[in-house]
This record gives sequence, structure tokens and C-alpha cells, in this order.
Amino acid sequence: MNQYFDIPSDLQHSYLGLIGLHLQEALLPVLFGLLIALPIALVCARFNWFYAPVLWVTTVLYAIPSLAFFVVLIDYTGATETTVMIPLTVYSLVLLVPAIVEGTRAVSPDTVAAATAMGFGSFRRFVQVELPIAVPAIMAGLRLAAVSSISLVSVGAIIGNQGALGNLLHDGMIYHRDPLIVTSVVTTAVLAIAVDGLLVLAQVLLTPWQPHGRAAARRARTGPGDDIGPGTDPAGDNVTGKDLTGTDVTGKDAAPQDAAALGEAAR
Amino acid sequence: MIRIESVTKRYPDGTVAVDDLTLDIPDGSITVLVGPSGCGKTTTLRMINRMIEPSGGRILLDGQDIAQQPVTALRRSMGYVIQNAGLFQHRTIVDNIATVPRMLGWDRSRARERARELMERVGLDAALAKRYPYQLSGGQQQRVGVARALAADPPVLLMDEPFSAVDPIVRKGLQAELLRIQAELGKTIVFVTHDIDEAIKLGNMIAVMRTGGHLAQFAPPDELLSSPADAFVEDFLGTDRGIRRLSFFTSAGLDVTTTPIVTVDADAAQIAERTLPELPYLLVTDAEGKPLGWAKAEELAAQAADSTGEQPADSTGEQAPDSADGQAPDSADAQAAGSTDAQAADSADAPAAESAERTAAERSPAPAAAAPLLPHGRPFVFGRESLRDALDCAVLSPTGWAVAVDGTGKAVGVTSQETIATAIRGAHARRAAKPDSPDGDAGEPVKALR
Repeated sequence: MNQYFDIPSDLQHSYLGLIGLHLQEALLPVLFGLLIALPIALVCARFNWFYAPVLWVTTVLYAIPSLAFFVVLIDYTGATETTVMIPLTVYSLVLLVPAIVEGTRAVSPDTVAAATAMGFGSFRRFVQVELPIAVPAIMAGLRLAAVSSISLVSVGAIIGNQGALGNLLHDGMIYHRDPLIVTSVVTTAVLAIAVDGLLVLAQVLLTPWQPHGRAAARRARTGPGDDIGPGTDPAGDNVTGKDLTGTDVTGKDAAPQDAAALGEAAR
Repeated sequence: MIRIESVTKRYPDGTVAVDDLTLDIPDGSITVLVGPSGCGKTTTLRMINRMIEPSGGRILLDGQDIAQQPVTALRRSMGYVIQNAGLFQHRTIVDNIATVPRMLGWDRSRARERARELMERVGLDAALAKRYPYQLSGGQQQRVGVARALAADPPVLLMDEPFSAVDPIVRKGLQAELLRIQAELGKTIVFVTHDIDEAIKLGNMIAVMRTGGHLAQFAPPDELLSSPADAFVEDFLGTDRGIRRLSFFTSAGLDVTTTPIVTVDADAAQIAERTLPELPYLLVTDAEGKPLGWAKAEELAAQAADSTGEQPADSTGEQAPDSADGQAPDSADAQAAGSTDAQAADSADAPAAESAERTAAERSPAPAAAAPLLPHGRPFVFGRESLRDALDCAVLSPTGWAVAVDGTGKAVGVTSQETIATAIRGAHARRAAKPDSPDGDAGEPVKALR
């Protein structure tokens, strides 16, 4: 077992230390990327014409190999973590700006019109209405950015001891210690999967307003039900009598429709 | 009062959405903008809260040019309801409704309390408060949309095809609900629709617009139906204008007669005395006076005679009228038993039921001999419903006579198609005599009930 976790001393980190460093170098750029992407997306939402050039620039930046970035940056930031994190931040931006812009643009025009008509200014509407509703789209971009960032950190090994688990891989190769290579690759993969899982969990917690689970999927297929029962009753006293009886959190979207259908059949 | 003064909306590409529109929208009533798609009705509505700025002319709200007012304050003073409700899917129902009060700086608990109050007002159960929009039906979401628009108690309500996306039955319920809420709150409502029937049902005033943003006619629904300004309006109104206009005439003054109405326990003398020469039928009611159905007068008389004739040995059919008084209770029992059958037959095919019961009557005397009852159809509520309802009842009635009931469902009279026709001519004459004042008796109460 030790052959897998006996970390060479030139890495200057324990196994857990390498994991910590790897996560830091991978996820801080995603966080910075998000913080920079939000105002850019706000401007794009406000001025439509701005989005095309932004997309063009970020896409070109994405095409620059990280090695080229390092060559330029190393003169300014040296062989440091920063040199690794700057390109990763740029790469995150490329994924996050379109995710936020497209996500906020996909908000239903009815919702946007209603917000405008209620006296939301464009900034307030972006922050309080469009952004929260775009969370699922933004999270999709965030997951992609996080996972690709975790895999890209390893390239930092090129500029010295800045690749975290990538350096472990490098050591495994130069010292001909295959178990270390396995450790590096498996750990990187597990980290990516774990971070992705956490982000999925975060999304579920952030969007209690979204249908989840099987009943939700069925509902999404059939569209929101216009259950006639409650709607026709002008006094509205049976609007909920049917809807609420015996429904719990998990069954709440399936049950009301069935109950309403029964109510309709009964009358 | 919202005054739209020579307003034009021309887009940079040259399209004219609204062309020199002038309209006075009265306070405290529902003004409907109606027209085919592309007639500029939604554009007009959106210019009122400045979601679209006019390229010419001006709009005055209580004498003040809205272009001079801060746009967010203006919008918060106007409720806005749109098709598909446009709810904030990431907020609970109660928070959706509380949106504008919160923006106006109310504290959270007061805003939520107000939201719950409004949920009750629009007919939503308080238990829905903590739900999210996706958990509600289309009709319920639209109610939330209305509640949200009313939250800050704005004097003006702008509604842009709010009921177009729900099915017809739900729509009917929502329309009735809107009229009920309007009767309580008396808001100035500007309502956009492409459905002329909805316009006539809801509007106190209707502005018919035609493609290119021209106003074709601005009139109360009743006037629109009776005198459309031109061929376009006439065509847009569709057929049955005369019949539809009858919804604006109350049935209150209608001549109804109680003569051909008997209770199930009526004796032969009463039957004979109550039979009208022009109507060979009698309306049979239960002991409380609620209509059961129509019966042929001669059959009813024969049956009353039969059931009385059975009891004492010396009684014969001819003597029945004399002895009827004494026999009434027995006769009532027989009839009561028979009437249950008749009611069951009520829903069945009428002629078939009639012949079946007639043969039964021939073979065996009471109680199975109850006179066959023809269905009386849907009665109209006297004084509350319109002449259109009364006429409809008469046309659908197998006897050609409509049954009038009071609020509790008791028959207060019957009336013939001819009588209704006379009343219609009278109403037209009265309306023509004073075209400005919608005749007092036919105004709001009728509207509220349609």
C-alpha cells in the first residue's frame, strides 16, 4: 500500500497536502472566473451588442494553450501558483460568461415583462429575478468549469512544483514508480467527481422552486396542469381542499393533479 | 382618468403600431381594448405604464403627463397582469404577491400579511402560500398574477390577455371572479383581449381597434352590439348580435304569470282552474314551490281524478272535483311517490318517457299513474338574469314557456316566447328613447352576473 502513498520528498507536500493544493489551484480560478463573469454578463444583458465581441474574445483566449500563457506570465508572476491560476481563471470565464448570459436570456419573456411592469430597474431585475432563475444554467457552466479546471491544474508541473497532483504524476514517471501515477490519476478523477457531486447538491439546495425527481420529470413532459376543478370554482373554497390533502413534500406535484382529476370526475 | 391624446407609436423600421389614438379611459370601470392581432392593443396598454414610449402624443394620468413621472414609481402605481401570469418561479406564492409592497419598503411581515389577505380575495387557499408556481395549475397561477397586481392597492390595473392561455372553463371562472373583485374594489381596469365575447362580458367600455393601430369604435358593449360603427366592427362582432345584446336587458320587468303552476298535490279543480287556454301544460312544483317539470293538463286532471276516484266506493271520475278536497292528502301521497319516478324520467329522453308513462297510466291507476313530466330545463332567475337567459330558457323549453325562479330556486312564474318578445321590443324602445343612460334596471347587476 505504501508504494501508492509514499510521496517523494521533492514534492514538499503530504498526500493530503497535495489534494488541498490541487483543489485550491483548481477551484479558486473558478471562483474568480465567476466573480468576473457576473458583471460582464450583466453588461451583456443590458447591451445586447456587447455579447458578440465578448464571446469572440473569450473564445480566442480559450484557444491559447496553457503553455503559451505560462511563457508570457512567468516573466511577471514567476514560477508560482498565480501563474497556474491565471490561465485557469480565463478558461473558466469562457465557460461561465455564456452560461450566465444564455441562462438569463432564457428567462421567460413573460416573467421579465412582469418584473419590468412592477417597477424593477434593469440592475435589480438582473440580480433579483433573472440571475436566480438562471441558476440551473449557471450551475451547468460551473460544473464544467470546475471539472475541467481540476484536470488542467496538473499542467502546472511544467513550470516547476506547481502542478499538485500533476507533479505526483510527473515524479511517478521520472522515478519509474507506476503506483504513484495510478494514485495521481485516480485521485484527480475522484476529486472531479466529488466536486461535481457537491455542485449538484448545491444546485438542489439553491433551487427549491425547481421540480425534482420522477414526478417532476413526468410533469415537465406533460406541462403544468390546468386542473379544471379548482379553477372553475369561483368561490375557490375547494381550490386546496383537494390539492393539499395527504400530500407530502415528495409527492406534492403528482398528488394535486390526480386529486383534482378525481374531483372533476366526481362532479 | 387615463387620457390617451393623439398617441402614435412608430418603430424605426417604419411600422406603425398605434396611429393617432385618442381615448378617455373612465375611472373605476373596466375598459377593454379589443381587436385582431397587430391592431396595437398591447402596444397601447404598454404605453400606459411606459414599457413602450410613444413616438407622438401624450398620455395623462389624472391630468398629469406620465412622461414627466419617474418610471418606476409610475409602474408601481399600476398593477399589471399578463398571459401565463409571468410569476417569479423562484419565489413562493406569498413572496410573489408581496413583491411590490416589499419594493415600496413595507417590512416583510406586513407585506406577507397583505399577500395572504389577497390570496383570500382572489379565491386561493392560504395553504398554497408556501408553494412554488410550478406546483399550481394554470388557473391558480393566473389568480396569483391578479393578487400580485393588486398587492400594493394600485388605483389602475393593466391586464394583457390575462385569461387567454387557460382552458374555456377555467377562463369562465376567472372572468366571473374578476367581475366580483371589481365590484368590491372598483379599480380602473384596462383590459386587452382578442376575444370579442370576453370584451362584451367584462367591459363597461369597449375600444375596438383595427390593424394599423386605428380606433374603429369606442362604446359601451350594448351600443357596440346594437350599432356597430362600420363593416369592420360588425364583422368583428360576428353573428347573433341581437341575441347577445339581450344580455344587457334585465328580466325584472318581464310579465310572468303564476296561473299555470300547480303543486304536485293539486286536485282536479285546481288543475282545471289553472289551465290556460293557450297553454295545454301545467308546471308542476314540489311542496316547496320548486319546479319539477311540465305535465299535460288533461293527463294531470285525469290522474287527479283517478287517484281520488280510487278511495271511496261511491266516488266516480266525474265526481272527483266535488270530493277532491277530502281526498287531497291521499292524492298527495300518490303524487309524491309518482313524482320521484317522474324526476328520474326527467333526465331521460322526454318523448320516450312520456309514452312509457302514458301506457303505465292506462294499465294501472295511482300511484304508478303519475302524469308524465316533461323536463323544464334550466330556469332563469327572475330580475337577476337577463332577457337573453329568459329567451334561451323559453327556446329550450319543450312547451315554449320559460320558468322563472327566485334566488332560492322556487318558481315565481312562467312566461311565453311571445311575452319575452314583447319585453324585448319594449326594452329596445326604452333604450332608443334615452340612448345615453343605460336603462337603470339593466346596468351593473346584470353585468355582474353574466
